[in-house]
Amino acid sequence: MTKPRTLFDKIWDAHIVDRQADGTCVIYIDRHLVHEVTSPQAFEGLRMTGRKVRRPEATIAVPDHNVPTTDRSKPIAEPESRLQLETLAKNVAEFGVTYYDINDIRQGIVHIIGPEQGHTQPGMTIVCGDSHTATHGAFGSLAFGIGTSEVEHVLATQTLIQQPAKNMLIQIDGELGPGVTAKDIILAVIGKIGTAGGTGHVVEFAGSTIRGLSMEGRMTVCNMTIEAGARAGLVAPDETTFEYMKGRPHAPKGAGWEQAVKFWKTLPSDPGAQYDKTVVLDASEIVPHVTWGTSPEDVLPITGKVPNPADIQDEQKRAGMTRSLQYMGLTAGTPLTEVPVQRVFIGSCTNGRIEDLRAAAAVAKGRKVAAGVNAMVVPGSGLVKHQAEEEGLDQIFLAAGFEWREPGCSMCLAMNPDKLEPGERCASTSNRNFEGRQGKGGRTHLVSPAMAAAAAVTGRLTDVRDLA
Amino acid sequence: MDKFTTLNGVAAPLPMINIDTDKIIPAVYLKTIQRKGLKKGLFYELGHKPDGSENPDFVLNQPAYSQSTILVTGDNFGCGSSREHAPWALLDFGIRCIIAPNFADIFFNNCFKNGMLPIKLPQEVVDQLMEDAKKGANAKLSIDLEAQTITRPDGGVVHFDVDPFRKHCLLNGLDEIGLTMQKGAEISSFEDKNRLSQPWLWS
Repeated sequence: MTKPRTLFDKIWDAHIVDRQADGTCVIYIDRHLVHEVTSPQAFEGLRMTGRKVRRPEATIAVPDHNVPTTDRSKPIAEPESRLQLETLAKNVAEFGVTYYDINDIRQGIVHIIGPEQGHTQPGMTIVCGDSHTATHGAFGSLAFGIGTSEVEHVLATQTLIQQPAKNMLIQIDGELGPGVTAKDIILAVIGKIGTAGGTGHVVEFAGSTIRGLSMEGRMTVCNMTIEAGARAGLVAPDETTFEYMKGRPHAPKGAGWEQAVKFWKTLPSDPGAQYDKTVVLDASEIVPHVTWGTSPEDVLPITGKVPNPADIQDEQKRAGMTRSLQYMGLTAGTPLTEVPVQRVFIGSCTNGRIEDLRAAAAVAKGRKVAAGVNAMVVPGSGLVKHQAEEEGLDQIFLAAGFEWREPGCSMCLAMNPDKLEPGERCASTSNRNFEGRQGKGGRTHLVSPAMAAAAAVTGRLTDVRDLA
Repeated sequence: MDKFTTLNGVAAPLPMINIDTDKIIPAVYLKTIQRKGLKKGLFYELGHKPDGSENPDFVLNQPAYSQSTILVTGDNFGCGSSREHAPWALLDFGIRCIIAPNFADIFFNNCFKNGMLPIKLPQEVVDQLMEDAKKGANAKLSIDLEAQTITRPDGGVVHFDVDPFRKHCLLNGLDEIGLTMQKGAEISSFEDKNRLSQPWLWS
């Protein structure tokens, strides 16, 4: 009998092209997603060495990081952003890569449109020059972020040189309470294992709570696995996965679909498969979470208070917390629900999907954005935007005083004009609260879409359960 | 890629944990289509005052450390984004070796693609090297990749681990893409089998 294998082991083994004595492998890459920020130097490298893209049809490019979220009929004002977009358009034309341009309704954040178009499928290896590639793991595909040198390597060879990762299991069982979402699950996980807790590992999320999540929720969980330091997150494919995928433009069709589903059903981890590390969480104990500091591990239940550096023994950690609180302009002991916000951002590859917009709209409906607060909603793709408009969500947001924008990465990383001013405080559905992430001097509190909408209407960090 | 064999140089101490890639180089400096010239964004926030003037307290702004080629720093260095602009910016400043208790995976991997050597050592050893680094420009560290050793200013020697394949590529300055392209027949053979076993991936 063969040794029981994990989902990760199965995908890894099936993609080995070559293995060296020290364990280093050449791994085949099924799909390569490309955006404008981390690809120009890779295409330039190909040009300089006279190399071609090995599989242009398996390479999918879209501009997302730099795109403006306002009127797109005008040229992009900032010359450097414009140059990156023009460079991408030129490169995809020269190398024959699949491309969704800025005026295509299918354009959007690369990690939103991959699944939306059916490019993302179980059992695949998927890479992108972007750490949030982990998102695609929600389908049971091994998906991870790479640097630009590796982007060039994949373009030229459709493979990567990799060391195998360790297996980690995060088991979450039980029912989520009202107002508690996939975002709160992953924030609670990061709070528990820390921002380096997953380093060197691929994390498989399992248990009844994960099974109960929609694909959107699973994507939110896998998306932020990188914030726990893991190489990738995974959820085993099941009927929820197949249901989401069926009929999408690039999903298998007809007999191919039946054949694919049969294969996908062999992917889940075997009973008795061994993990190097196991973490267990009880879903019923998870409450809405919010970050207070400048690392995603600086996270607490919304019912908590700003922590006190004096309580920390380790000198480097104490210094880190002091610096964080100073940057964030927070005083130890303040209840988190008393922290005022000036900005709210709903969007990103973490929470820019239709279900996220529905959750935010449910809170915004019949309420008004508080005086002195600017709140913006940035759908993750043109198709998410279209669907939200079909459902009337845009009207709910606009009536409540939110801005309704065009799709892109936007204020998640502030490479386009959407950014915080120094000292401005934002409740954000994005994934990183690093110093300066949303704009120089900006202060980010990571929350779920419902919690962000709640902060928008009250003007402070708010427990969404109190708004019922 | 430049070879990495030995390095004898000034080590800058940066005793902070969880230094993320946004801190190494903010996103606003990623709007380039070049690999060069990124040192202007290196540690921008740490290196500047709110008014945009240079912060003289920041280690790399101090004369003793302006020629640093080694960085000694805290746990989980390079966490966050996959941006290779982070190692590019460090390299553009002149740093070719980073010593820390641990690194984020993508950053760690990106270093090797640029002729840079990230070294993982236990916290107590990093603490000792941090003390060496704090002594300034007269206290150099000497790194020998072939021997996998760091020689401290007092002559003491620290041994470090490195993956054999990565070491081989660094010592010889090898182009990994060229190496993989030599396996073109294996890649084609993999693709041929995959086309038969999972045809839906090829339609």
